[in-house]
Amino acid sequence: MTAIRARNLSKRYGGTTAVADLSFDVEPGQVTGFLGPNGAGKSTTMRMILGLDHPSGGSVVVDGRPYAELKHPLRKVGALLDAKAVHGGRNARNHLMAIAQSNGIPASRVSEVLEIVGLREVAKRRVGGFSLGMAQRLGIAAALLGDPEILLFDEPVNGLDPDGILWIRTFMRKLAAEGRAVFVSSHLMSEMAQTADHLIVIGRGRLIADTSVEEFIGRSSQGYVRVRSPRLAEVADLVKVAELHSDHLRVTAMSTLEIGTLTARAGIPLEELTFVQPSLEAAYMELTKDSLEFSA
Amino acid sequence: MIDIFRSEWTKIRSVRSTVWTLAVTAVLMVGLSGLLAAAVKSNADGPIRIDQALAVSLAGVMLAQLSMATLGVLVISSEYRTGGIRTSLMAVPKRMRLLTGKLVVFTATSLVVCAIASAVAIGVGLLITQPPAITLTDALRAVLGATLYLTACGVFGLGLGTLIRHTPGAVVSAIALMLVLPQVANQLPGQWGQTVAEYFTTNAGMLLVSLSPQRGSLGPWSGFGVYLIWIAVATIMGAILLRRRDA
Repeated sequence: MTAIRARNLSKRYGGTTAVADLSFDVEPGQVTGFLGPNGAGKSTTMRMILGLDHPSGGSVVVDGRPYAELKHPLRKVGALLDAKAVHGGRNARNHLMAIAQSNGIPASRVSEVLEIVGLREVAKRRVGGFSLGMAQRLGIAAALLGDPEILLFDEPVNGLDPDGILWIRTFMRKLAAEGRAVFVSSHLMSEMAQTADHLIVIGRGRLIADTSVEEFIGRSSQGYVRVRSPRLAEVADLVKVAELHSDHLRVTAMSTLEIGTLTARAGIPLEELTFVQPSLEAAYMELTKDSLEFSA
Repeated sequence: MIDIFRSEWTKIRSVRSTVWTLAVTAVLMVGLSGLLAAAVKSNADGPIRIDQALAVSLAGVMLAQLSMATLGVLVISSEYRTGGIRTSLMAVPKRMRLLTGKLVVFTATSLVVCAIASAVAIGVGLLITQPPAITLTDALRAVLGATLYLTACGVFGLGLGTLIRHTPGAVVSAIALMLVLPQVANQLPGQWGQTVAEYFTTNAGMLLVSLSPQRGSLGPWSGFGVYLIWIAVATIMGAILLRRRDA
């Protein structure tokens, strides 16, 4: 069953439109990256999924039902929105305990999730003193309390050190491998390239792409062929569309075979003939360049 | 609902601000009772009347009402300040159930703590003033009145906190509605002004605590009922906004 289904979801704040006519599905068993520049409407969409913000139009259901109608929502959906949104005066165990009790989750599960995220040693410490990395782990522990099939993470790697980033990335892959639906937002394409199976890209609240990672790269840009040769100017004359750089030529819309055949016929020696795959980052920039709220 | 009560109880008992505000309430009640009783006793020419003795014993209510209102505000405004309200609403998306959970747990906590604080305050006050004819009924009636009044003040704070969501704003509103505006209302001229003053928040509510002879049309219980209506209005307005607003 589709884990999250949004249909024509919209959110307006006064005159500004944060999310416009957004439709997408999030499927179980994979990491779905929710990608877009800052201010694209990712957090707003996540809050609407969780019933925190009321949509101005359209609908979103979780496991076929609106979030607010779930009896023990945390047993179905776990979410980490803002790791620092905790009462600093409470210790980690009590923080998790209050959340667990509200959904009838036993105290033993609190100990379990503390163990899973590696916070067992600091369970009695007040969370106000936690580093961002520890707060992030605490947030993930809270999301895992109900052993949910659906997990939402809003920019989980923001501000983390490389160790923390690797940990979260591995962890999300593991959750998806267990058959859970993992929906994770980010404004960094490079991050999603290493974590996500599927991408939902939005800009200015509108859907830009809803595809697999491979498709996304292929669709957005063709890549180019890099040619080096001692007789570069002659090669440039032979091929149709090319960009002459100081030491190499960028050819688009021709395959390496076509270029190689042409230059071989003309007897031009080549130093290099390489197809350059566009990076995911470049593809993303290309797609979202028109939808940046503010551009430098 | 039991799950939500347990969760709210864990929340309320696991932060220092709760322990502190409740401790301040108890210290104010007992401390002021002892101090004032001693002062009254040493200045008195003869025996002290029972109604005077009880009034002196409950002098701390005027200040304790503010610490209870502050605690009521904090029960919800601290979640808005930290952003923890989102976590709470993710766990309990039916917002009225969350608010009910907070109201019930806070009221129960407040009733217990205020009953103990009032009983000790009255005990201390009566021991010092030694009024000639103490009846247990009078003393119990005073404990009951103070307990209910202080708890109502706390619930008022919780209602205002839900409405305003912002700790300083809600605390200032509570002080204005409970302490400043009732005094202002007392200065209103004419019959109309007198009626407004009589029905104004704590002016009406305090009738349950102060054992002074009745002046206006409201008795102790009807006065307290009027106060509860004020509290209900604030809480219902807060509830409606809680339901409609984005968290």
